[in-house]
Amino acid sequence: MLINRKEVEQIAVLAKLSVNESEIEAITASLDSVVTMINHINEVETDNVKPMANPLDAVQRLRVDAVNETSKKDKLLSMASNADEDYYLVPTVVE
Amino acid sequence: MNFNGIKSLSLALQSKQISVQELHDIYLTRQQTHAKNLNCLISKTPELAKTQIQSAQALIDSKQANMLTGIPLVHKDLFCTKDHQTSCGSRMLENFIAPYDATVVDNLNKAGMVTMAKANMDEFAMGSSNENSYFGAVKNPWNTHRVPGGSSGGSAALVAAGLAPIATGSDTGGSIRQPAALCGVTGIKPSYGRASRYGMVAFASSLDQAGVFARSAEDCSLVLSSMCSFDEKDSTSTQIAQEDFSQNLNQSIKGIKVGVVTEWMDSLPEDIKKTTFEAIKQLEELGAEIQEVVLPTAHLAVSAYYVIAPAECSSNLSRFDGVRYGYQCENPLDLNDLYVRSRTEGFGDEVKRRIMVGTWALSAGFYDAYYRKAQKIRRLIAQDFSKAFEKIDVIAAPVSPETAFEFNAKKDPVSMYQEDIYTIPSSLAGLPCMSIPIGLVNKLPVGLQLIGHNLQESTILNVAHQYQQATSFHTQIAEGYDA
Repeated sequence: MLINRKEVEQIAVLAKLSVNESEIEAITASLDSVVTMINHINEVETDNVKPMANPLDAVQRLRVDAVNETSKKDKLLSMASNADEDYYLVPTVVE
Repeated sequence: MNFNGIKSLSLALQSKQISVQELHDIYLTRQQTHAKNLNCLISKTPELAKTQIQSAQALIDSKQANMLTGIPLVHKDLFCTKDHQTSCGSRMLENFIAPYDATVVDNLNKAGMVTMAKANMDEFAMGSSNENSYFGAVKNPWNTHRVPGGSSGGSAALVAAGLAPIATGSDTGGSIRQPAALCGVTGIKPSYGRASRYGMVAFASSLDQAGVFARSAEDCSLVLSSMCSFDEKDSTSTQIAQEDFSQNLNQSIKGIKVGVVTEWMDSLPEDIKKTTFEAIKQLEELGAEIQEVVLPTAHLAVSAYYVIAPAECSSNLSRFDGVRYGYQCENPLDLNDLYVRSRTEGFGDEVKRRIMVGTWALSAGFYDAYYRKAQKIRRLIAQDFSKAFEKIDVIAAPVSPETAFEFNAKKDPVSMYQEDIYTIPSSLAGLPCMSIPIGLVNKLPVGLQLIGHNLQESTILNVAHQYQQATSFHTQIAEGYDA
């Protein structure tokens, strides 16, 4: 096994997902099969190869630092499940 | 109505043989007859269509129309359509109403097209069978016990069934080409950076590209020309002038050099191999010179892709927190519970699997061994293509190792991922590529993939069009549907 149950639980914590007891074995097995497939990339020597982040090797274009949009606050807040006039509402974080 | 391409529809509209409303109604009737059974639509957009029909007719009446004015269209449900549901095939966005139009949508609106509906798809464009949609799997019109391919399965199926002449799609690792092949329609993914990703729900940002499904290469070229544009709002948009991709369609392909990857051909099942070789033979008869090419690193493409795409997915999908928009769980105990339960209940199994694979690949201790390593493999694959294109103009290749398979046939994720072995390499290299129908095997469509060098959409469309002028496979339709 390239990935074990404990690691899967840790990944779930990092990914903000929960994995319940009845699924954990199956999820571990499926992630292990994916990681086994992924591992083939180690068959090739790549020491002097530059990583490719963008298929065109393009550099991030920066826009002019100027105002180009007006506030859509009301429209955007209206999309939330829970909001008041100015804020998104979440369960209490600080008592 | 005898469908003979967008040009003839446009001519009928502009010569007043038919009104925009009447044309729309023909397709609406077909959707009412077949869409539910095929499950190819997630929502309909009648109010939007009503407004667009009126403005398209006004443009035609005042002789300001172009070839696309008044032509009905369905968008894959990952393109934001202002004030309409944009679900991305997910429970997470089931009730999401987009606050703006994607640039691709905006461009086609400006061309005067009429948006009729939003197409079903694999959740967040992750899948090769459409079985991952929260709204249920799409059925293949050629055999409703079989998958249409994915992730743009709804778009492919509805064009195959004649429910709209055009549908948009997106392709990250094969999501236009594979369903186009399995449903027997023509589909194109342009070069990375050609079509704006603004307003297209993100899966893997260095791979995602918008594209088109149609019944011919000619129709694809007409829509793609309007769809692609440089866009300030997409920082990876390629800064070049808009191009008319239909300009080279009628050129002869005599002398054009077509590369064939022997290793890929050898790996095909006999019946698909035979059909694919027949299509290549047809290109040769049209004057193309066939050459063997090798892509020495391409066999590692699926492995590298399943590091890069999930890594980008885990990063992109971290925006879904249940707070600002999208699904929120009921009665969260605290903030962490709100995040965790909203994501766990809002995402489906395949999306969660890819988020977890990506989180793992990007986590401490694995980043260099997997993510950077995969990016290095990506460069080797791109270099393989660049080297090949020094000697050839186009690669002719299979799209999929099999025809449409039955529902629930792929039990484990890795066997599903292998569906994209021939489509992923060109995606990693950001190249333009398309699928065209080349015949049937056991009454199911087979596609041929044409891959061009960067920004050479016109070249692959030229080859595809010339092939379609000499053959009629692209006009074949499944029994029970209208052309």
